[in-house]
Amino acid sequence: MSKIIVQGKAQGTVLKTSNPINFLGAVDKQTGVIRDKKYDIFEKSIKDSILVFPHGVGSSVGAFTIYSLKSHHSAPVAMICQKADLTVASGCALANIPMIVVSTEEFDSIQNGKEITLDTKSEKIFN
Amino acid sequence: MELTSEEKDALNGKQGETLQTAYRILVATGEATNADRLVPIEWAHLSGVNYNTIGDAGEEFLREISKDARVKVKTTVNPMGFDFDHISEFKHIDDEFVQKQASIRDSYIKMGVDPTFSCTPYDIFDLPEKNTQVSFAESNAAIFANSLGDLKTNKESAFSALASAITGKSPYSDLRKDEITTPMTIRMKMDNPSELDFGMLGFFAGKVGDTSVNISGVSKPNRRSCKALCGGMGTSGTCAKFQFVDSDENTSEKVDFGKEEMNEIFDELNTTDKGDLITLGSPQLGLEEISDLSKMLKGRSFKKRCMVFCSRAVQNQARNLDYTNEIERAGGEILSDCCTCLTPLIDTNETDSVTTNSIKGAYYLKNSTGVGVNLKPLSKIIEDETQ
Repeated sequence: MSKIIVQGKAQGTVLKTSNPINFLGAVDKQTGVIRDKKYDIFEKSIKDSILVFPHGVGSSVGAFTIYSLKSHHSAPVAMICQKADLTVASGCALANIPMIVVSTEEFDSIQNGKEITLDTKSEKIFN
Repeated sequence: MELTSEEKDALNGKQGETLQTAYRILVATGEATNADRLVPIEWAHLSGVNYNTIGDAGEEFLREISKDARVKVKTTVNPMGFDFDHISEFKHIDDEFVQKQASIRDSYIKMGVDPTFSCTPYDIFDLPEKNTQVSFAESNAAIFANSLGDLKTNKESAFSALASAITGKSPYSDLRKDEITTPMTIRMKMDNPSELDFGMLGFFAGKVGDTSVNISGVSKPNRRSCKALCGGMGTSGTCAKFQFVDSDENTSEKVDFGKEEMNEIFDELNTTDKGDLITLGSPQLGLEEISDLSKMLKGRSFKKRCMVFCSRAVQNQARNLDYTNEIERAGGEILSDCCTCLTPLIDTNETDSVTTNSIKGAYYLKNSTGVGVNLKPLSKIIEDETQ
């Protein structure tokens, strides 16, 4: 069962990581490139992706990072998490990036690299 | 989430765009934390003050929102990038940085915040009475408030705390309730832990714990170690509260923190065996820590540059009590309104590596500043780096 945190509609390619994301420490706020070697998406850009990750971690300033990414046109078009956290929720709310939380089964079923659409007003939120 | 009619009006824009944005953030964070309503808060602490972390987009956002946003409750703020009193000593910081940082400072002041520029508000003010609802964005301060200050806060984000400051409200999330469930106990297996060990314990707990953890096998340590624990925990995860317990009987999950777990974290964050300079503080040092440091430095001098970070309020108190003389005589530079994490005072063009006792500092020095990190407890720093 999905839970809507921030309303909206998006289409894009899934970029999926098994690592919780520390937006302040690990993401370049202008380009959206992951710069922490410990991440399985190291050196990949989250720009224009549907970013699928367990949840946000670390600094509360990560919310500003999400806003900055949006201002630099480097933000994901939507985010899908397994667990909601305040940094990601509030960053997406301010930047108007649709965000949902999904169950473990749904999370596991989303494939990296797949083209999906997400619409929080639709009956089936993503497919 | 149930909103009052007044809150609904604000969310629909009837009280202007700024309050609409604030309520949109509160609703999203309320949904994220399973809150059913908003509750009043008495104190907000904001992060997102350092130009290095929020950048041009953040500076512009604050300049815009400060035109009409005003805080409704007592509001304190996190450190900036540098100490304006000492900026001329750091030639590599360009005018643009100084100007943008001044703009951010001015925007916050315009909104009516108390210009504390500190990550340790609990070291500056007396804490309100038990169970008071507050809204702290700085992660170490939120964990300190919940775990050691008997206050109630989420591990707020920069925007959720700002929304709380402007509205005087926060979602009534699980962490704000009287009874919260703590499913995990972390069993501390290390004897005589230093503050560095407590920082690593916190970093470990943040990784494995959910929103709250119990810690067994160790009694409440001194304030330096408590702060290191809060700082480490806030850096690595979502965990917002800990409590020291005598036994692990009441939780279903039990995880050991021993030599092996500690070494793994040490190897993750310690990248070199020598630093070009030393930083003390992250979190910023409190009066007690400054007093301790001045005693430890009696008759000794640093062999290399040492930056000592504390809040302006603590520095002023320390000067009145003469604690600063000994530290400055030993070559320590006391800096306020900024801290180790993401300060541009430490620059990769001039510095290859930093010695610190802070796990929180180490994480950001390594991953954001991009310098080598040499971790040592304070006692070892004094032993190795002074004469």
